[in-house]
Amino acid sequence: MKTSRFSHRHRYTLLAAALLLAPAGAGAQPAAPAEGPMLAQPAVLGMIGLLLVIVLGALVLLVGRVAALVRGTQPPSHENVDGRFDETVTNLTAAQLEAILARRQAQEFAPDRTALGGTQGPRDPQGLVQRVAIDVHAPWFHEKRRTIPFSDLDPQLTTLVAGFLLCAAFWLVLGTSVGWYAGVKFVSPDVDHLAALSFGRLRPVHTNMVFWGWSSLAMLGLGHFVVPRTNNAPLFSRRWGWWSLGLINASVLLGSLCLLNGVNNGGGEYREYIWPVMLLFGVGVALASANFYQTIARRTTEEFYISNWYILAATIWGVVLTVIGYLPWYQNGMGETVIQGYYMHMGVGMWFMTFTLGLMYYFLPMSLNKPIYSYSLGVLAFWTQLLFYTMIGTHHFIFSPLPWWLQTVAIVFSAGMVIPVLAGTINFLMTFRGNRKRVGDSYSLPFLLMGVLFYFTGSFQGSLQALRYTNLVWHFTDFNVAHSHITMYGIISFMLWGCIYTMAPKLRGREPRQVLVGVHFWFALVGLLAYVVALMIGGTLKGQSWMAGEPFIKSVVLMAPFWLWRAIGGTFMLLAHFVFFYNLVDMLLLGKPAAAAVVTPSKSQAHEILESV
Amino acid sequence: MKSWSLYKNHRLFAGTVFLGFLGLSSLIALQPATRVQADNAPLPTAVALTPDQQAGMRVFIGEGCVACHTQQVRNIDMDKTWGGRPGMPADYAWRQRLDVWRATPSVLGSERTGPDLTEVGVRQPSDLWHLLHLYQPRSVVKESIMPAFPWLFRDSTAGTPAGLALHVPAAYREPGNHTIVPTRRAQQLVAYLMSLKQAELPTGQALPFLNVSPPKEAVATGAPAPGGEPVLDGATLYATNCQACHQASGEGLKGAFPPLKGSPVVNNADATLMVNIILQGYNPRPEYGVMPPFAAKLTDAEIAAIMTHERSSWGNKAAPVTADFVKKVRALLKPGPATASAL
Repeated sequence: MKTSRFSHRHRYTLLAAALLLAPAGAGAQPAAPAEGPMLAQPAVLGMIGLLLVIVLGALVLLVGRVAALVRGTQPPSHENVDGRFDETVTNLTAAQLEAILARRQAQEFAPDRTALGGTQGPRDPQGLVQRVAIDVHAPWFHEKRRTIPFSDLDPQLTTLVAGFLLCAAFWLVLGTSVGWYAGVKFVSPDVDHLAALSFGRLRPVHTNMVFWGWSSLAMLGLGHFVVPRTNNAPLFSRRWGWWSLGLINASVLLGSLCLLNGVNNGGGEYREYIWPVMLLFGVGVALASANFYQTIARRTTEEFYISNWYILAATIWGVVLTVIGYLPWYQNGMGETVIQGYYMHMGVGMWFMTFTLGLMYYFLPMSLNKPIYSYSLGVLAFWTQLLFYTMIGTHHFIFSPLPWWLQTVAIVFSAGMVIPVLAGTINFLMTFRGNRKRVGDSYSLPFLLMGVLFYFTGSFQGSLQALRYTNLVWHFTDFNVAHSHITMYGIISFMLWGCIYTMAPKLRGREPRQVLVGVHFWFALVGLLAYVVALMIGGTLKGQSWMAGEPFIKSVVLMAPFWLWRAIGGTFMLLAHFVFFYNLVDMLLLGKPAAAAVVTPSKSQAHEILESV
Repeated sequence: MKSWSLYKNHRLFAGTVFLGFLGLSSLIALQPATRVQADNAPLPTAVALTPDQQAGMRVFIGEGCVACHTQQVRNIDMDKTWGGRPGMPADYAWRQRLDVWRATPSVLGSERTGPDLTEVGVRQPSDLWHLLHLYQPRSVVKESIMPAFPWLFRDSTAGTPAGLALHVPAAYREPGNHTIVPTRRAQQLVAYLMSLKQAELPTGQALPFLNVSPPKEAVATGAPAPGGEPVLDGATLYATNCQACHQASGEGLKGAFPPLKGSPVVNNADATLMVNIILQGYNPRPEYGVMPPFAAKLTDAEIAAIMTHERSSWGNKAAPVTADFVKKVRALLKPGPATASAL
């Protein structure tokens, strides 16, 4: 790596090498000369470090899995300590040998998987069956802990929540199919020539469908469960809940049809639905907001739990920012651009991120069966989220003709985002502390853990990208597409999946097939990593090509392999969504709920039991 | 008994987060937007869009072109490729709501998967090129990944006004006797694209670009010539400025753009006519698209490098051209708009 001049190819290998070898290289080359201007940039180094966080996180999970697998398949080793063993064996009489073999057979007895099956629940006063963790006959798959169903659910609320989640999952599958197809068009632009399926129309269909259809409905569905539960009061109005669901579904359906037919509001990202369509969405969120507010007002606890702050605030902010984004009076000339920067960033930060964090404060403690590490850190994160996040929208328009002070404020507060992000990350990770085994034993916690790691990574990445230098290289490139997938997919979707897998089995007492949850997790994670790593490297090379003044078409040509990798990663992500959809249908619709087993759980589940009654 | 704790009094809490967010939003979005809008008027030199160009802009928005094309020359030197000066608010002052149903077109964009379009009307003034490019981008730029827009064209068998039919290379059209004719929407879209150019500043003084990029080593080959000037890479400059029409093969496109390979003008020992065409543009032959003038865009040295490349590639064997020669020819032209070498 002693290149003094950076040719194009060298830059690529250097970058790849740095991504792979950064931790080792730091020690091995104490006196390494400055490796060109790009890698010497602190922000770039920070970005590589952030990428390592998720890659290492995924590796730790993977290594743990493989290690458990190896342990499970290897026969226990019996060391022949001093040779006496052989001697004893050869001197055994036939009768002794027979007795030993019979004993061994008895010891090796294990019931087959169906031995304890039947129509009745097991009589298991010690809770032994519940605690079996490894199936010796299928060591490839870690047997996860069963979920204890709630016994006191209002079946009509369950139906409402299930309605939200199933619609959300439907939009996820459809929306990411559209996204996948749009990604394929980068590799094969002439795959079809239909007006409705052209890239320019499909892109907003994809983004809006996964925003308003998948993420928003999934959050609201979980919110309709969490708010009544944490306030110890019934949901104020189920009818409002159904209206909310119906209106948002109608909005996504109509909006998508408009876009497919070439009716686009103005091309501003996430504002592509025309106002009559977005109005339906806004009213849907407003109804949910009022519903939550009224439920909180009828709580039987003195304080309302921190999840409710995030959830209630997110719905209020969601309505406010939709109204601000769509009112016309200040949107001529560059006014539109001020609002666009504000709107597209607040949509992510004040609606999706805030709501999902609120869900985390409920579902993470629930799946770990322990309280959140620090309530105060949650309070700090909440108010700094409001103060800092609101100010940073203009960082999407650095070096644009917007007022320079507005750009500077956005950059400064982007750096300030360190505070809520660190507070949240520390809070979640400290809640995880000491529960490593529990993560392996659960099918929902791996999603939540990766969600937290992505939260840290994606948010810091955003702060780093806002700096003026990094903007030079990465703005307008595919790097931004990678960033938006780390955040909306790595953070929001992974957290939502974790919450759904925590809650859905409790609704009807029906577990998903654990192998399929595993497939969902690994396909989504591996697919996403392939996706974002490819686009981050490609985006960097593209930015450098532009800075070097090369002909534009070169930057298109150099992206070809990275776009291919994106399509491959996207394929895995899409497959994961089909599996998720099946899992959800399985948990909520298929079969009858398992007969309420007579379960006497262990003491360590006391909190869960209390929750479920 | 009302509690004054935010966490016990839900009304107080909801009010606080609502007003807090509204207040901050007003500070960071509503007020700046209002102020920017009030302090905004188009430059006196700017030309308003004609109704046809307006209609073309609607097609542009409806087809989602902004997903890949920016219209934003940032004030950093790497964006010099896209315009003569950084963009300023006045450049966007014309933007307002499209109609009751649709908002202000968000043309600044956030992704540059395709080239910036701020000055595409200057860079590419040939409507023929735009139409071909829209019908099938790969017919003019082989490596392009832009979607084709065949639904903006129709297949006409009879009664077609001459001159409208597109000469699509055989590889990019269905076999058979098709005459491909642009629809009105395609013509409007092209009219909009060709209208895109930066208005000149009334004072004639360019805004500065921030100098942030590393020295350009891709265009210069690195080794400075004896005179101290870096040797320019004619092939790269050709790819940037000429290739979209004349193609990498130098063969042009039949019925659209003339070949440079074997061209008598390019191979002429006296390069004066060739310099003239490059400086002033060229449009006397109806069967071919319009060639834009490059006098304001390229320096003498750049033009010389491109010409030398063209005169020695694809089997052409003419003598190299020097920057001094280009300078002399340029001096013979009538004093026109400011030249790039003078800036």
